[in-house]
Amino acid sequence: MNRETLLQVQQAERQRVALLKDRILCCTVAGCLAGGAGAVRDALEGEVAQRGRTAQIEVCGTGCLGLCSEGPLVRSSAGDAIYTNVTSADVSAIVDGNRVPTIGPGHPFFAGQRRIILANSGQTDPERIADYIGTGGYRSLLRAVTEMTPEQIIAEVRRSGLRGRGGAGYSTGLKWELVARQPSKVKYVVCNADEGDPGAFMNRAVLEGDPHRVLEGMAIAGRAVGASQGYVYVRGESPLAVARLRTALEQARRQELLGDRIFESSFNFRIDLRIGAGAYVCGEETALLASIEGKRGQPVARPPYPPERGLWTQPTLINNVETFANIRTIVEKGGDWFASIGSPTSPGTKVFALAGRIARAGLVEVPIGTPLATIIHDLGGGVPAGYEFKAAQTGGPAGGCIPATHLDLPMDYDSLQSIGAIMGSGGLIVMDTSSCMVDIARFFMEFCRDESCGKCIPCRAGTVQMHDILARITRGEGVNADFGMLEELSGLLRAASLCGLGIAAPNPVLSTLRHFRPEYEAHVREHRCPAGHCHMSVLSEVTA
Amino acid sequence: MTEPAGEREKLLENAMMRHHYAGDALIEILHAAQQLHGYLSLSLLREIARKLRLPPSKVLGVATFYHLFRFAPPAEHTACVCLGTACYVEGAAGLANIVRESGWTLEVDRCAGACGLAPLVVCDGMALTRTTSAQLESRLRDKYESRNAPPGSAG
Repeated sequence: MNRETLLQVQQAERQRVALLKDRILCCTVAGCLAGGAGAVRDALEGEVAQRGRTAQIEVCGTGCLGLCSEGPLVRSSAGDAIYTNVTSADVSAIVDGNRVPTIGPGHPFFAGQRRIILANSGQTDPERIADYIGTGGYRSLLRAVTEMTPEQIIAEVRRSGLRGRGGAGYSTGLKWELVARQPSKVKYVVCNADEGDPGAFMNRAVLEGDPHRVLEGMAIAGRAVGASQGYVYVRGESPLAVARLRTALEQARRQELLGDRIFESSFNFRIDLRIGAGAYVCGEETALLASIEGKRGQPVARPPYPPERGLWTQPTLINNVETFANIRTIVEKGGDWFASIGSPTSPGTKVFALAGRIARAGLVEVPIGTPLATIIHDLGGGVPAGYEFKAAQTGGPAGGCIPATHLDLPMDYDSLQSIGAIMGSGGLIVMDTSSCMVDIARFFMEFCRDESCGKCIPCRAGTVQMHDILARITRGEGVNADFGMLEELSGLLRAASLCGLGIAAPNPVLSTLRHFRPEYEAHVREHRCPAGHCHMSVLSEVTA
Repeated sequence: MTEPAGEREKLLENAMMRHHYAGDALIEILHAAQQLHGYLSLSLLREIARKLRLPPSKVLGVATFYHLFRFAPPAEHTACVCLGTACYVEGAAGLANIVRESGWTLEVDRCAGACGLAPLVVCDGMALTRTTSAQLESRLRDKYESRNAPPGSAG
């Protein structure tokens, strides 16, 4: 494909959509599918066909519309309305355009959002490359290949101030520069799509809803750092993301947007899929590389870091799905534009997977630095009636809990770190007075214990010991010495573990100890769970 | 798993050929083998090791490292309880106990990505969302009864 054909496809697609009377988009990703969205789409297609209106009304599947707790969701482009809790019985009214209740774009859940990464999610069909091109897709790659030097691309990414969205928040531009500077002829670009935090589904939603955006970002990265081979390492437990990626790769190859001589230039870039097999530790970059090489996914000591010595010992750029998803827009609108969004030290937006004890759960994309209270109360509608907000957990098993006293905290990398939590990849689980914080700490420690790869002893043995102590406390069998022991073990894991899994495993314990110590004390000293969640064997023996 | 044995062998051979019998494609090959056979038997692993020219110890070592690989045939009826954080906060641990006591095979998912509709349980491929204990109990009972019902009866 060359410039002219790309522009033709874009033009033709825009005209095609403009001629449609209505475009009915059914969310067909994980959450809504579990709620029966597949049957809804089939019923809608049947209804439109039966009325003989397929020329005027298009029904298609689309990416995450966001408001997952009200799913299945259907969006009608004609009225810019979103129908919630749709069943097959509603299809006739939807085709007529008069099904109630509906919510519009002014609904508080949507009004507070700013969508860059999720711009196409819920607007286009992720299985059609023409849809993506219609939104201006692959124009940034065209620009990067035909109008920009690798140095200019990197300068633009540096100017944007984009920080890695996988959790650590390292400057993306700096990382690209590091890889670009390596003299090696063979380099790799790897997309870390091994999103394994329980309660986090942001990356998966991007891959399921807009896979081409990620592929385009990777190809631009390949051009910038001088790589001609890319890999997407995707979580094996997300079969739909795998399927959508396969389709997207096949289409991009066929349209010659990936492969040899892209846009008739000398730039070659191929992308292959690697499917994970269910090991959380593979989200760690050196473990991920080992897994791509067909080995056990065990981390190795750094340095050297992958930009110097990565996949098959060659310089390797590893970025998260969401990081790559931002690139197209940065090239399109410029680094300065991007830097004007969000907070000065962390520009751009962040997608959060809002879930747990909250009225409206789903995916939200907000400028970085948005206060937690805005996300929970304005967008999420607060905790269910009759309960009180207690804590928000960010960053999954490596993260921490934010108590109610910090509700006004701006959600950016540095503010979160200052109170013992982390941005992480974007999981945001809300807990209310019915949740026991000691048990949540135990839950995450159990997860880390199960997922520890076993290579280094502090993590392998430390997570077992810490879990045992926490389990004992939740059974009402804790003793005063447990506090000191938990703190000592936490220090040991942090100081001596080989990789991030072990180093971060104590975080949920330390953050709950810091903000909710009285709850631990009630368990240990009074054999009482203030949330009424834990079953206290000691107490039940006494009262029996 | 519907293909006859000879056909499965051929399909696995094709998968290996696609990857040029490269040792670094081991995980891809294991995925393909499990998809065809339902699980990875020792003889199958030995065969893969021979074809990819890898030590059998390496193949077993890699296969057992990853949770998704199974070494015994999958159970006939499974209830998969999502124990992601959102589902856990909404009481999924109690649902797992119900499955344990029901005689169904319990599987655990670490997060199915349906956090907005938590807690999630998938019984034989059919998803229950915002699952209550009563709902799950009745679902597990129905299936058990229909399984034991005489042929031809509804269910």
